[in-house]
Amino acid sequence: MSDTLSSADAHSTDPAPQSSEGRRVSGVSIRLDGVTKRYPGQDRPAVDAVSLEIPAGETVMFVGPSGCGKTTLLKMLNRLIEPSSGTIHLGDEDVTKQDPDQLRRRIGYVIQAGGLFPHMTVGTNVGMVPRMLGWDKERVTARIDELLDLVGLDPEVYRDRYPKELSGGQQQRVGVARALAADPPVLLMDEPFGAVDPITRQRLQDELLRIQEELGKTIVFVTHDFDEAVKLGDRIVVFDVGARVVQYDTPEAILAEPAEEYVADFIGAGATLKQLTLTRVNSLELKPVTSASVGDDAAEALARARAAGDEYIVVLDRRGRPISWPTTAEVSRMQQIPATVDEKLPVVGLGSTLNDALDTMLAASQGGAVVIGRRDSLAGVVSIETIMDAIQRTRSEVAG
Amino acid sequence: MTAATGRPDTGERPDPLRRPEAEQSASRDRRDAASPVRARGGWRALVLQPVLVALGLLAYVVWRSTTTLSDTEARQLGAATLWDSVLRHLQLTVVAAVIVLLIAIPLGIALTRPALRRFTPLVIGLANVGQAAPAIGLFVLLADWLGFGFGTTIVALVVYSALPVLRNTMVGLQGVDARLVEAGRGMGMSGAAVLFRVELPLAVPVMLSGVRTALVLLVGTATLATFIAGGGLGVLINTGITLSLNSLLVSGAVLVALLALAIDWLGRVVEHVARPKGL
Repeated sequence: MSDTLSSADAHSTDPAPQSSEGRRVSGVSIRLDGVTKRYPGQDRPAVDAVSLEIPAGETVMFVGPSGCGKTTLLKMLNRLIEPSSGTIHLGDEDVTKQDPDQLRRRIGYVIQAGGLFPHMTVGTNVGMVPRMLGWDKERVTARIDELLDLVGLDPEVYRDRYPKELSGGQQQRVGVARALAADPPVLLMDEPFGAVDPITRQRLQDELLRIQEELGKTIVFVTHDFDEAVKLGDRIVVFDVGARVVQYDTPEAILAEPAEEYVADFIGAGATLKQLTLTRVNSLELKPVTSASVGDDAAEALARARAAGDEYIVVLDRRGRPISWPTTAEVSRMQQIPATVDEKLPVVGLGSTLNDALDTMLAASQGGAVVIGRRDSLAGVVSIETIMDAIQRTRSEVAG
Repeated sequence: MTAATGRPDTGERPDPLRRPEAEQSASRDRRDAASPVRARGGWRALVLQPVLVALGLLAYVVWRSTTTLSDTEARQLGAATLWDSVLRHLQLTVVAAVIVLLIAIPLGIALTRPALRRFTPLVIGLANVGQAAPAIGLFVLLADWLGFGFGTTIVALVVYSALPVLRNTMVGLQGVDARLVEAGRGMGMSGAAVLFRVELPLAVPVMLSGVRTALVLLVGTATLATFIAGGGLGVLINTGITLSLNSLLVSGAVLVALLALAIDWLGRVVEHVARPKGL
């Protein structure tokens, strides 16, 4: 079966796709030509002559039922599994001819639960590939701190911890940091968020969107969760058995026009509601809010909040991350802005979907949420009314 | 946002948003709290064992210096003769152990590599025969074939004690999560790098416990060396039985037991120290 898909052709010759709106792109394109994997003793190939173009700097999601060959296809990209035939190009290089170990040092690889080495500290884990590439010690150390910071873990706190001292979500973050360590142009992710609870998964997804916004890697991401694919993917490949490409298109297009009955079945009945997963918090009008840093003078912050007509103040820690949102009434009883961390603070990322935002608010029993952007800094607040309006709008658009 | 934004409805509901993390950190706290206790318990056993050995030795020395012995006994139990027997016993144990390590660990590593995995049943079967065969029979048969003396004793000891090291090396390596190996290969580590930096360090605790088992086996089995002129503390026991001299018999038995306990203790200390951090 040959499935060179037209939807990707527009970008195939262009290293920096326009669809990214001038976003920084550090990835390279990936081209698969007739990639096949046969295992001895099986009459049907696990992966049957797949041809695909993955544009540079985009996140492409591989979805399909288990056993459809999507993971096999992913592992052929870094040659953990050798293709039986066909070629794979990263940028202009044919990787099927290269030394696999050298190749893999230039491709980030993230697996479920991070796959961290339990006998090495977080820092050592993250620094593995740079050390293998012969970076000097200072450069490796600096890179470790930079990456931990990127994935939202304080290097001072986490650098010297062992993986078992971290929660599942934190381990997964370190796994992403490790994969990004040598700044590879391509990131392969094999159901990375499959083993964490739904709320942590949502946060990890938000974080991946944020990181991708910043870095513009080419990401190939395997999942069996169509919602995850819609949320994270610039494009989605829907596979059937033998890694047959059934549809390769943007999430919007797949939801609007499933190519086959099979895709429609896979998407499921809630397709109209699934459109909500396409609307993101960053498309809503965020309300600015008065913020104050830990240790600021309470009276001064209160004055600013009253001048702006805000009912509450978002408190930021020393790294600029929101940690609580006391009301003006609460603040008026304080001398200084306290460093208390509100464990219930509802936080969503700019890349979160409306579903996520709604989930977060309901889970926290609050009617609004703090929105964070780059490096967890404050972007504004969003209220449940804004979200309900957006949902109404989307529904009427879909209906009419 | 309006006042309806429903600010501090500081939930009567338990907080589902943060709970997973909180639970995880709680279980982490329990673990953190538990591990020092475990370590302390471990250290307590580690301290108790040498104390018992020292007490045993002291008791033996007191008995030896207070009891009246016949000439034959006194000659056999003279300090220099005893010391020689102990050294000879240790020599048998250590030489055999080193050879076992040099053979069984590389063999165990080789047999867990995909290319050689199919030979595993064969080799494990052979090692099983080595250990299942009655030790005394093994010694005598080998002596019949290779002649009496130190060399033959070492061969017999090696055959007899290779299995625990071989088996634990394999079990330890097989126990390493396959996903970690894949993660290592996936980030560009060579097969050898994954073996030395990931698989072996993680297998060390299991491997060392196999080595300790082998050492204790060796100390005990080396008493049989006396039957094929290999020397060691077995000579005392054998002479004691043959000549009905209980003082010799008891001396040999007590010293072998103390030696075995002491070596077992050393093994435990090494296991404790060499255990990778973070496990």
